[in-house]
Amino acid sequence: MAEQVTSSNPGRYATGSAATAERLITRIILMGVAFAFLAIFLVMPLVIVFTEAFSRGLAPFLENIADPDTLSAIRLTLIVAAISVPLNLVFGVAAAWAIAKFEFKGKAFLITLIDLPFSVSPVISGLVYVLLFGSTSLLGPWLKMHGIVILFAVPGIVLATVFVTFPFVARELIPLMQEQGTGDEEAALSLGANGWQTFWFVTLPNIKWGLLYGVLLCNARAMGEFGAVSVVSGHIRGVTNTMPLHVEILYNEYNAVGAFAVASLLAGLALVTLVLKTLLEMRYGAEIAATRGH
Amino acid sequence: MSTTPAQAGWRFKAPSVIPGFGLTLGFSLAYLTLIILIPLAGLLWRSASLGWADFWAIATDERTVKALEVSFGTAIVAALVNVVFGTIVAWILVRYRFPGRRIVDAMVDLPFALPTAVAGIALTTLYAPNGWIGQLLMPLGIKVAYTPLGIVIALIFIGLPFVVRTVQPIIEEIDKEVEEAAATLGANRWQTISRVLLPGLAPAIVTGFALAFARGVGEYGSVIFIAGNLPYVSEIAPLLIVIRLEEYDYAAATAIASIMLGLSFAMLLVINLIQSWSRKRYG
Repeated sequence: MAEQVTSSNPGRYATGSAATAERLITRIILMGVAFAFLAIFLVMPLVIVFTEAFSRGLAPFLENIADPDTLSAIRLTLIVAAISVPLNLVFGVAAAWAIAKFEFKGKAFLITLIDLPFSVSPVISGLVYVLLFGSTSLLGPWLKMHGIVILFAVPGIVLATVFVTFPFVARELIPLMQEQGTGDEEAALSLGANGWQTFWFVTLPNIKWGLLYGVLLCNARAMGEFGAVSVVSGHIRGVTNTMPLHVEILYNEYNAVGAFAVASLLAGLALVTLVLKTLLEMRYGAEIAATRGH
Repeated sequence: MSTTPAQAGWRFKAPSVIPGFGLTLGFSLAYLTLIILIPLAGLLWRSASLGWADFWAIATDERTVKALEVSFGTAIVAALVNVVFGTIVAWILVRYRFPGRRIVDAMVDLPFALPTAVAGIALTTLYAPNGWIGQLLMPLGIKVAYTPLGIVIALIFIGLPFVVRTVQPIIEEIDKEVEEAAATLGANRWQTISRVLLPGLAPAIVTGFALAFARGVGEYGSVIFIAGNLPYVSEIAPLLIVIRLEEYDYAAATAIASIMLGLSFAMLLVINLIQSWSRKRYG
């Protein structure tokens, strides 16, 4: 029935006549509703970050950025991301290799476990490390005896960040590598390449844009994480404050310009992430196709 | 790791010429266990060692119950709002052509990329009584900032991309011939959408709802600035965990965390069941 309609009237399929499109007035109302919703919930919050940051002009903005505590927060955020993103990158590639290139029992369960951190509250992600390494835990006294400091210090912040950003690279790579199959690797191996050569010269070039896409999202979350890091950080100014935590401190001290100045740097990072992500999707859409819509 | 039992019928791993299975799976499992499984198991073990009486006392404490009600209630309302508007946004992005469509499409992911603390202070400033939106709502007698309504606003922001990104690819896949068939059979546009298209989108909409809801229940950073954090009124469960931790009341923090985990998993399970039912019914 449907085929008959299209074959007898092909122009209709291409343009979408009254039968398969809304009336003009409906379209205008729907678009109006959607644009108003997006303007209120997405555009205005973004705009106000920058207007508040520069509300007293450029000089106070720069003063707040150049503050030693702000600079140390920026430094700590960069250090934490520089450790946790590569860790999850190596894990993501290894997990995707095992899951996509081989058939084994329990694979679906393993994928579910990898996604687990997405369904855990960030506060709980921090809490589990406090329970594991805190003074009341089994490990606590032993750590203290050996002078190992994890909580309320950089190692704890890194661990909490690794926890919340754990699935990002893996879940981009798994569907992509599953779609690519094992043909290329088998060809390389049969031509005499060893395992590492196959990975470096065959697999990696195939997945590089999807990998970059995952790293981009992982990094954005790593630099912006608040809840988990807040629980393990101890909030020591200039020592264990990351940028998002510093935003909170400045805001609670009624230093709105300072809070929004630091926030604007993070918002800038978010915008750069979105632009790069969109460019990757436009340019290499086919090569990262399996990752879209997830 | 890759040792297989002698029976021919059961193999842990299918044979393959590709190397590296033991190395990559072994590393992945070790890393997963150290970073995720041991810490989470620690939480459950701590909570189990509390004893039933203590656990029950914390679970039925009025402040705990209220905090859980606030968290789950606001997350459900925000996810419902996102289902309605997120589906409209997804529909427009797929079906309509307008200038700047790509920019609008990219903007939908902003809540994924913008740190939650930044969203929190931005929304609070907008909805405060002297803020851009707050001062418009003030004469109408609507207070948003520092009330549960503020929590809903923050969770709408956080959850929007989950609904749009789940529904959008399904709308892209709709076969136009289905709509044409409905029209040919005499359905008007509204009937086609409500009786033919929406049932097909239902599983995706339920998934989007579930993802937005799950994220909303645990959300902390964007909420604590706008909520006002009044105990029994606008205090969310994750904040109560943090407060108990700061009081060194590890038992209470652990108990509330495991209740939250349990409730979230139970709700996701129910939603999964609804989803498989609706897939059978309409899929």
